[in-house]
Parts: sequence; C-alpha cells; structure tokens
Amino acid sequence: MSGIQSNVAQSKGYWQSAMKRLWADKLARVCIAILAVYFLCAIGARLGLIGASWNEEVGVTFANPSFMANAPNPQGKDSFIKQDVLKIDDATRAVDPLAPYYDEIEKRAAHYQQSSREPKWSLPLGGDKWGRDLVPKVIKAGEVSISVGVSAAVLAVILGTMLGALGGFFGGKVGDLLEWFYNIFTSVPYILLVLAFAAVFPKGITTVVLVLSLTGWTNTYRLIRSEYIKQRSRDYVMAADAIGASSSRKMFAHILPNVSHLVLVQLSQLVVEFIKAEVVLSFLGFGVPTDSISWGIMINEVLPELVLGKWWQLATVGVVMSTFVVAFGLFTDLLRDALDPKATRR
Amino acid sequence: MIAYVLRRVLQMIPTLIGVILLIFILFNYFGGDPAAILAGKIASREKIELIRDQLGLNQSVFVQLWIFVKQVLTFDFGRSWSTNEQVSSIIMHKAPVTLTVMGQVWFLDALISVFLAMLVAYRRGTLTDRAVVAICTAAMSISLLLYAVVGQYLFGIVWDIFPVIGWSDDFWTNVARYAPLPIILLLCVSVAPSLRLYRSFVVEETNQDYVRTARAKGATENRVMLVHVLRNSAVPIVTNMAMQIPSLFIGSFLIERIFVIPGLGGEIVESVLRSDFPVIKAITIYLAILSMVANVTVDVIYKWLDPRVELK
Repeated sequence: MSGIQSNVAQSKGYWQSAMKRLWADKLARVCIAILAVYFLCAIGARLGLIGASWNEEVGVTFANPSFMANAPNPQGKDSFIKQDVLKIDDATRAVDPLAPYYDEIEKRAAHYQQSSREPKWSLPLGGDKWGRDLVPKVIKAGEVSISVGVSAAVLAVILGTMLGALGGFFGGKVGDLLEWFYNIFTSVPYILLVLAFAAVFPKGITTVVLVLSLTGWTNTYRLIRSEYIKQRSRDYVMAADAIGASSSRKMFAHILPNVSHLVLVQLSQLVVEFIKAEVVLSFLGFGVPTDSISWGIMINEVLPELVLGKWWQLATVGVVMSTFVVAFGLFTDLLRDALDPKATRR
Repeated sequence: MIAYVLRRVLQMIPTLIGVILLIFILFNYFGGDPAAILAGKIASREKIELIRDQLGLNQSVFVQLWIFVKQVLTFDFGRSWSTNEQVSSIIMHKAPVTLTVMGQVWFLDALISVFLAMLVAYRRGTLTDRAVVAICTAAMSISLLLYAVVGQYLFGIVWDIFPVIGWSDDFWTNVARYAPLPIILLLCVSVAPSLRLYRSFVVEETNQDYVRTARAKGATENRVMLVHVLRNSAVPIVTNMAMQIPSLFIGSFLIERIFVIPGLGGEIVESVLRSDFPVIKAITIYLAILSMVANVTVDVIYKWLDPRVELK
C-alpha cells in the first residue's frame, strides 16, 4: 500500500493550493507580515508583556515627540512657566484648617513607600494630555480594538453560518422563519440597528461585541444559506444520505467543509468592518468604557488636542490604525481571490 | 405589474410586524425601567409609579404592545423624554437638515463615480486601472472618523478655508458655507466603493457582444461608451442609487456630530446617549418602513428600465 502511494505524485489539497496561490502574491506576503506584527503585539499586550504601563504618567503634559524635542512647548525644556513651590510658613499655617494635622499626615504618609520621578520632556512619539507615553498606549489600544473586532466577527460568523446552514439545508417552515428574521434585521438600516441595540444594553466591552455580532450576522447568513441550497442536492450529499448519515452530520461534516472557504472570507471581512465599527462606537461614547483604552477612544481625545496644535496622538493612532485596516482589507481581497479564483471581483 | 406591486406590498406586512416586535422586545425587556430614567436621579417611589401609570407600563404586555402599534399607525410617538418636544416635529425639523448635506453627497457621488468608472473601465487592465482600484481599496479601508477629524483640522484650522463647525437657518448659507466641507469628506469615503462597484458593472457591459457590433458598424468610441455601454450599465447603477435613499435620512451621524450639524443622525446619537426611547423607536420604525418601500420601488424601476427583467 505504501509502495503504491510513494509512486503517485501527491496532488495538493484545496487549502494547500489556495495558500500557495496566496503566498505567491508579493502584496499578500507584505500584508501577512504586517498583520503578523499587529497580532503579535496584541497577544503580547494581552499577556501583559508589552504596553502594560500605558496608564503611567511618565512625561509632562503633551510631551513633544523625541524627533522634535526642542520644539516650543509651554511645559518644555525652555519653558517660561516655572512651577511655584508653596513655602509653608506661619502665615499659611494660620489660614490652613489642616495645619493642626500636619504631623499626623506626615506620620501616616511615611507608612507608604514613596518615590518621585522626574517627568520626561520628550517621549518617542510624544505624550498625551496626562503625559502618558503614546507607544504603549497605542499598542494597548490596538489590543482592545483588535480583540473586540475578532471576537465579534467570530460570533457573528458562527451565528450566520449556523442559521444559514439550518435555513438552507432544511428549507420549509424553518427556512421561512429564518428568512423572516433576516428580513427584519435587514429592513432597519444597519447603523440604526447597532445604535438601537447600544441604547438598551449597559455600556461595556462585552456589549460592543454582542451588539456587533447580533446585528452583523445577516450577510454571512444569506451567503451560507444560498450555498447550502446549492449543495444539499449534490451527489455527495445524496451518497451520505444513502449510507444513513444524520442531518447534522450531512450539514456539518459533509457540506460545511465545502463552504468553509466562504466562511473564512466572511470572517476576514467582518473583522475589518467590526474594528472600524468599534472605533466609531467608542468615539461616540457607546463602546469601550473611557477608563480603558481603544483606538476609538484615542481619536476621541484628539479633537481638543488639535486646537492646541498637538497633532501627534492623531498621527500615531491614524497611521497605526489605517495601516492595520488597509493591510487587512487588501489581505481579505487577496484571500478571496486565492480561495475562489473563479469568482468575479467587485 | 400591479399584481406584483400589490404582492410585494402585502409581503411587507409580516416584516413590519417583525420590526415592531423586535423594537418592542428590545426596549421593553432590555432597556431598563423607563420610569426610572424619566423620573431622574432623585425620584420618589410615588413619582415612579405615577410615570409607570402614564406610560401604561403597569398594564399587560399585550396592552402595551397595542399602545406601541397604535403609535406606529397614527405617527404619534408622543413627546421626547428629554426635551418634551413632539417626536414627529423633531423628525420634521431635523430631516431637511440631513438631506441638505446628504442629497448633495448622493448626487455628486453618483456623478463622480460614474464618470471615473467609465474612464477606468475603458482602460481596464492598464496601470491606471489597477492603481485606481488599489487606491479605492485603501481609501475604503480608512475610517470616516479619521477623514472627518483630519479634514476638520486641515481645512478648518490649519488652512482656514471652511468654517470649523456651524449651521444657520438659511438654506443657501448652509449650502455655500457650512455644508461643503462635510460633503467633501463624505465623498472621500463614499466614492471609492461606488467607483469599484460601478466599474464592475461597466466592465461587464463592455464585454457584451453588442459593443463589438457597435464598433464593427463604425460607431465612434465616444458613442459606444456613452450611448451603448452607459445606457445598459445605468440599470444596476440606478438601482444601487435608489437603494441608498433610506440611509440618506440618517445621514452620517459621525459627520453631524463632529461638525455639530443639527440633523437626524446627530439627533439619534443624542437620543441614544440620553436614553430618549420614543425618538429612537420612531426613527427606527419609520426608516425600516422607508427602506422596505424603497426596495419595492427599486424592483419596479428595474423592470421599467430593463423590460427583459422577469418579475416573479
């Protein structure tokens, strides 16, 4: 048996040849490399390896980026603003209601370890309003945005695939019911649906994931449903039927692998879409709570900063976010071309 | 034809019932106690009870559902919870503002992307074509939020070409002064996907036999593209434009929020932030109805433009 096999040239499987097609494209390789860096950063930030200190105020307010460290900054090196140190003398003691407690305050404070740190004048990419370093901040924000996007997309795709498989495979009453659901969800303009859901659920990261996935399953559903309708009368399904395979086995063990490339492309599309949606929702104040951080919240902080001429937070988050989204968008297109070479591109 | 339209209109009814149920369940079971929201932070128990009575919350679910259905049918959603203004009058005041911006975006978007799509499709496969498609993909990926924030900063603050924010009561002042910047920024986002879509429509038509025939009989290239191809690819283009109409009413809530334009989009965001349920419910239901009507209209237009289409 093994002798025969070794003589026959191994033909490549569907996935193997698709991945080879994808890898042959230079642009795809560049995109994969960029995405790998982002996902490694996100995983690193999740594990606390990088970006864990994003909330520490290490610099002065709006610290300059280090490539323009000497640019005028009201709080910068050549600052004309001097910090006043209040001398505590008898005159201040006389008016301070806390004066009798000074000793006790000092004694209690001595119990805690104290350290003072000189705030830095400049940071690699500059600092924000509280003097936080933008590098760990944007990494941590990316972790939150990416994980919200990915988990919402996974949920939406699972939901859409399950419902699409049920509706397409069984048809009939079940199919009609699911079509009704689909019509309801698509008759309300998408963003309005998202906002209506966001209005009623309590704010938080879980809510964003739930809202996006509960409203975003419709495209996957339609696609998978039509594919199941096409596949359910194919010969291999008939054959499976003949050997007594159960409905769920036919649906998920036989048909699903044949439509899985569509599922993957859907997943990839939804990740991009949901990351953008998360950014918008967080910007408007319905998304990630403001005590944590995401790309949307960083952009939200930017508007008042720009009026003061502090553009570096916008530049940082804009470049970081756009690179990711553009790379992911191109990757999705190329992935679709590689998985489904016959499909027309729109 | 009439039978078809009638059937489609009848088919809207179950969907509409579904939307009403969805909104009802969403706001009644997940939205928290509206009386507690309405009564404010320091509310006495009696006051909450009184409000519950007023809103009919103490009655059975079916009575409440009936109240809601009556609201939908009579176009009377009562008053906003936060401003005490009639919900219908809010919609009547805000919708024209949104349309002032979105109507122009809709028109200009079609004009620009059809023109570019024809140009690019004519030169398909060349470097120009591939570059334009790649730029479109990149432009589509970038969030509108970034366009809006950067655009407002550059055009409004750094170059000082347009006012940063603002809106007036006069239509022409708005069109000339306050609307251009939001419109330009919205076009940056909307042209790319339309261009890609329309390009594929035009490319599909240029591969048809009648194009070859037209060339063979000696029609000029301009005539082939502008008369033969454009006319045929107009069918899906017009359909696509008609599909966009419902979303014109929400406008871009992001743009309206950043540029402080008092339109429907900004109103929705405000109502969500203030838990102003009547306003959200009203806008959601009416836009759902509008988009269902638009869908039927699109199919009828389709048939009218292209008699070959079979309506079933």
